[in-house]
Amino acid sequence: MGGTRVLVGTRKGAFVLTSDEGRTDWKVDGPHFPGWEMYHVKGSPLNPDRVYASQTSGWFGQVIQRSDDGGASWEPVGNDFSYDGVPGEHQWYDGSLRPWAFTRVWHLEPSIHDAETVYAGVEDAALFKSTDGGVGWAELSALREHDTGPQWQPGAGGMCLHTVLEHPTDPDRLYVAISAAGAFRTSDGGKSWQPINRGLRSGEIPDQDSEVGHCVHRIDLHPANPDVLYMQKHWDVMRSDDGGDSWHEVSGNLPSDFGFPIAVHAHEPETVYVVPISSDSHHFPPDGKLRVYRSRSGGNEWEALTTGLPQRDCYVNVLRDAMAVDQHESCGVYFGTTGGQVYASNDSGSSWTPIVRDLPAVLSVEVQTLR
Amino acid sequence: MTDAMTGSVRVILPAHLRAMAKVDDEVRVVVPGEVTQRSVLDAVEAAFPMLLGTIRDRATAQRRPFVRFFACQEDLSHQPPDTPLPEQVVQGQEPFMVVGAMAGG
Repeated sequence: MGGTRVLVGTRKGAFVLTSDEGRTDWKVDGPHFPGWEMYHVKGSPLNPDRVYASQTSGWFGQVIQRSDDGGASWEPVGNDFSYDGVPGEHQWYDGSLRPWAFTRVWHLEPSIHDAETVYAGVEDAALFKSTDGGVGWAELSALREHDTGPQWQPGAGGMCLHTVLEHPTDPDRLYVAISAAGAFRTSDGGKSWQPINRGLRSGEIPDQDSEVGHCVHRIDLHPANPDVLYMQKHWDVMRSDDGGDSWHEVSGNLPSDFGFPIAVHAHEPETVYVVPISSDSHHFPPDGKLRVYRSRSGGNEWEALTTGLPQRDCYVNVLRDAMAVDQHESCGVYFGTTGGQVYASNDSGSSWTPIVRDLPAVLSVEVQTLR
Repeated sequence: MTDAMTGSVRVILPAHLRAMAKVDDEVRVVVPGEVTQRSVLDAVEAAFPMLLGTIRDRATAQRRPFVRFFACQEDLSHQPPDTPLPEQVVQGQEPFMVVGAMAGG
């Protein structure tokens, strides 16, 4: 029987939650790095013992931690995220120009193609790559140096590169997303990048056809159909059927199309999950009801999943990296809240139970399926 | 020149950095040449490379904004990094303290 390991990053430490394939009884281990903001914790899909963690602090800066025993013990690895050359300037909130300055790592993406390769998406937005297990980092600087770079501006949380998706068969093809610049694609391993934001509509910017400026919150894909991308934008749930060349809205009957995470079922490429949030000013679920919405038609038609989730007086948020699916035969779905709950479903989202209820605010949730 | 008995400067790190460096108490570092903020921190980072970037910014080598440097009941945070540290620190009678600033309420 296989196992399940859920990796949780919170505002005050990291936690490792383990269970068997049944996913009903859980062991909670942590906090690791107590007191530190753990923006993201993610395991290698090629080596389940290898786990990376982004440890950050307003006092003491950025540390990357690596575990080679599934999160039981950790060692700091490289934290030199120096931009390549002299970084340019980007837009600030008030329209002035401000030099790129590294703040933190938002997202770590261990490669599906090479066990020692890992990507880091950082604030101020840039993409770094390590080919030695996180010891040394080199910027894929053509992204930051894109012609549109001086037009990029931060979202409310900072100008962060938060999404890194690898193509399942072509290691040179990557998708990334930046708040609030938009989505970008490379087909040559990061030597050049194309904005892929055609069809996005954002009321927060004056030119709806702008090449950049869209506040993309999260993108996901299914490896069996990698040209189909699903996006949760600031407002709107979007879909692309051509690898990002164009997008169309699939918000359909959602009670709100604002939200942060989006995830695709492990075995059903047209089954998608989102967590609607009432608005960008509220940042809590509509009507105080925590509902995951599932579409089994690739969008537009959504059903509320409520069994086991609080349906009154719930005013938490679910952040962009805080939802994940496992690979078990009966697909598990997991998400964490700013109220410190981590919910798990072992039946594709039809029912939910809390694994833990009282962690610090959850920043990220990832899951490893152990064979 | 450092403490004649041990040849080292005493440094007190904040709790988070002691945990990262896997030390329980103050540390002692041998500082070649003149004892300044820069030379002491260079020696600390050489002895504990996992602390690179946590006290000083990796790109600029500037003190991180919420880190302070105290010694002999004085806040030395705003002194130029090559200013000699007090003789009591050099002699190992007083520690050089790296402190997380009060911030956040």
